[in-house]
Amino acid sequence: MKKLLFSITLLNCCNIVFAQKFYTKNGSISFFSTTYVENIQADNNQVMSVLNATTGELQFSLFIKGFHFKKALMEEHFNENYLESDQYPKATFKGTIADINKINFLKDGVYPILVSGDLTMHGITNKISSKGSITIKEGAITGSSVFSVALADYKIVIPAIVETKISKTIEIKVNCLYDQKM
Amino acid sequence: MLQKKLILFCCVFASLNQCVKAQNTTDTTDLMDRLEIETTNSTTEYAAATFKTSRLINGHTIETLGKAVLDVKISHRFGTLNNGAYQLFGLDNATMRMGLDFGITNNLMVGIGRSTYQKTFDAFFKVKILRQSSGKKKMPVSISYVPTIAIRTLDWGDSINKYPFSSRVSYTHQLIIARKFSEALSLQIMPTFIHRNLSPLIAEPNDLLAIGIGGRQKLTKRTSFNLEYYYMLPGYKIKGTTNSLSVGFDIETGGHVFQLHFTNTRAMTEKNFISETTGKWQKGDILFGFNISRVFNIGKKKS
Repeated sequence: MKKLLFSITLLNCCNIVFAQKFYTKNGSISFFSTTYVENIQADNNQVMSVLNATTGELQFSLFIKGFHFKKALMEEHFNENYLESDQYPKATFKGTIADINKINFLKDGVYPILVSGDLTMHGITNKISSKGSITIKEGAITGSSVFSVALADYKIVIPAIVETKISKTIEIKVNCLYDQKM
Repeated sequence: MLQKKLILFCCVFASLNQCVKAQNTTDTTDLMDRLEIETTNSTTEYAAATFKTSRLINGHTIETLGKAVLDVKISHRFGTLNNGAYQLFGLDNATMRMGLDFGITNNLMVGIGRSTYQKTFDAFFKVKILRQSSGKKKMPVSISYVPTIAIRTLDWGDSINKYPFSSRVSYTHQLIIARKFSEALSLQIMPTFIHRNLSPLIAEPNDLLAIGIGGRQKLTKRTSFNLEYYYMLPGYKIKGTTNSLSVGFDIETGGHVFQLHFTNTRAMTEKNFISETTGKWQKGDILFGFNISRVFNIGKKKS
């Protein structure tokens, strides 16, 4: 009887510890275009992300209109001419973290990770993989990564007249604090 | 014993509950879908870029400049096409307006200009009152208010009568109500009130009322077809004048917007082109014109 009670209790505890998904609605993704003429940066602080600690599944989703620039006209052109955000309002990533079991979510530390999956934006999906890290500090989980995408891979066309101002590859920085769980 | 059984029952129930919950939400995608719906419902998305620039053809659009953006506008209206080949279909004559517009905040801009038509100086401000939005806050239209003051500095050509300075001044108040129906189609209506301190004839009213309608249909990502029409309300139309009708074409190239158009009016200040147009389209009083807009960001560069 006691054994049964103990095992049921243990099962419940296991559920709490392991069958867990961490998520956020306020993650940050920024991108940078660097050329000798002009540096462009835009930030989106309403990135949604779900990290499944059991399966290693990792997903991101954001609204293109959530990217904000320092120059209003740049933001307008970004939405109207380049990303066509009325037609393609979202960008998503659906992938997995390799060897998720190596991360001990209960122990503080910086764990290097390798993420691979499908990145969809401007209506086009490509397989990408990137290195990153998961940082655990006093129970708080932060995921971060830096990677590059080529505009041509997503059929984002830069007209000749502004070619010198916009880089052909864009650096993307991801930083998400997974502040909620279920 | 009973107590134990109760505890056991509770535990089993709790774990069952967990299992059910876990199964319902196992799919990471489900959770993501839920987050997306929550975010969509909790954020307000404002309609941006209802028009390419702050002018439609002769008159204003709903748009204002961004904060700390300077817009240099050079506009030309040539002579009428029915001048024929001798005047190169009007290209020998031109009226011109030079203007400087500046965005004080993202919702408030000011501008000054000087037009060769009656040697007119003008100044205005434009403020956004409502912004079309969807999501958390829903608003079907955007509304801007533009008051303009215009001062004619052309000599009266009258050596007998003396006119005070105030008789050179006129005021225009416009409310612009716009809706971006789709990525490509935007329409606006512009109820307009004009006050002239001096009306040329006693029989003419000092206060005039007009309603403008206008819109744009995008042809490609960077070009659009525009239409602008100002209708003088019955009883307010000055004898011998016609309503202003213009068709235009916008080309946007990064920081420049080129607007090419055909219109029946030479003037580029509200009071003049709304109430004093004399050209008739059907008689070939059609003028070719263009506006060139170049924007500069003069705000402090943040690192």
